[in-house]
Amino acid sequence: MTGALTPLDRPFLPRGVRLHHDRVRGVEVLLGPETALMLDPVGHAVLAEVDGTRDIASISAALADRYAAPVEVIQADVIEFLGNMAAQRLVEVA
Amino acid sequence: MTAVPQPALSTDAAPVRPTPVPPLAMLAELTHRCPLACPYCSNPLELSARDSELTTAEWAEVFRQAVALGVLQLHISGGEPASRSDLVAIVAAARDAGLYTNLITSGIGLTGARLDELDAAGLDHVQLSVQGITAGIADFVGGYRGGFDRKMQVAAEIARIGFPLTLNAVMHRHNLGDLAQTIALAHRLGARRIEIACVQFQGWALKNRAALQPTREQVDQAKRVVAQARRDYAGKLAIDFVPPDYFADFPKACMNGWGSTGLNVTPDGTVLPCHAAATIPGLSFDNVRTTPLAQIWNESAAFNAFRGTDWLPEPCQSCERRDIDYGGCRCQAMAIAGDARATDPVCRHSPHRARLDAIIAAESSAPPPDFVYRRMGRA
Repeated sequence: MTGALTPLDRPFLPRGVRLHHDRVRGVEVLLGPETALMLDPVGHAVLAEVDGTRDIASISAALADRYAAPVEVIQADVIEFLGNMAAQRLVEVA
Repeated sequence: MTAVPQPALSTDAAPVRPTPVPPLAMLAELTHRCPLACPYCSNPLELSARDSELTTAEWAEVFRQAVALGVLQLHISGGEPASRSDLVAIVAAARDAGLYTNLITSGIGLTGARLDELDAAGLDHVQLSVQGITAGIADFVGGYRGGFDRKMQVAAEIARIGFPLTLNAVMHRHNLGDLAQTIALAHRLGARRIEIACVQFQGWALKNRAALQPTREQVDQAKRVVAQARRDYAGKLAIDFVPPDYFADFPKACMNGWGSTGLNVTPDGTVLPCHAAATIPGLSFDNVRTTPLAQIWNESAAFNAFRGTDWLPEPCQSCERRDIDYGGCRCQAMAIAGDARATDPVCRHSPHRARLDAIIAAESSAPPPDFVYRRMGRA
């Protein structure tokens, strides 16, 4: 995977990367190889939608609906956030 | 250890210490046994004997305590962790406790069948070490004939199962020139990440420093190779590069700050703030066999010895980098300056920096001496 993600990319969490509820700190965490990323509510909301079947456009539409926000804005944020994750190979796309 | 009763009226001079932030990561050194004999092994010169090792049940209890304390990531290491016949049960216990499990291995002792069992036990990630890009250099550095070929077979089994793989390459004078090919090897083996760690001079590496010390030309070239490779492998291979700190202007934030992020449990259950902490005289370390892990992390004298920044001397205390590197590595200050409380001699503000420069100049201009291989009972 190189270059920016597109709305048609279907993101998934690769093997060895998983969401985890940290009971001690009371936060959601993304665990991966040599990585423990403390997620803010927005980051967690995006990653919780990543299921390997829906594309970025569909994920963005669902989030826009839930948070009553313009879908263009949400989609740009989702592409940027997941793109950063993909650069670290914490997210992959099909 | 039983709690010592506190005299009720004599606490007025004791400062109230806030509860430390919980640790994120724990290194479990299951055993000091290892088929390899790498001359830069991070184990102490005094190795723990097999009969002192924690049992499977004791490790399981340590994992439960670690999770309750806040540990998320478990790095399972050694020695060679596969030298433990109960490795699969230990991994299963760690997953059961709720930990993310990372196996740090030379690959020796792992077969396809055993890796399948580790897969079923829930192992999350494998970090495989390589000592070089050919059998000639790798087996020379590892001191184990046939090791390289075995590793390549293990890497193929790891790829077959689909474990995420990080290749761990320790680099030094004898293999730094092969850095580009080492990165290519990681990609070819299907690794998601490569950790290029230039030797840090602690433990056995300190003993072999003159044999391992790179030249400045090698270090400069390595930085160029890494910069190019990060462009070439963008999105395909994540590249972590730990440059040799002797050649840096400022020290590393060792352990991200003493007692801030991680802890290390040795084969016999001793809990250390870092690998090399036992080289610091005057510190005594508690053991999970007698003291709860949370008590060790929160209250022990060893973990509080260099926690935070209040204890830092000048020039660190007034330095703008104080909260970036916390004065660097305590064990290195001990080894070079003879004082664990001193500024890490890597720092250009350290009065001991000239000593480090003299060491680099002398060692990198002389032919490398033979390795002193790391073997049990032969420090």
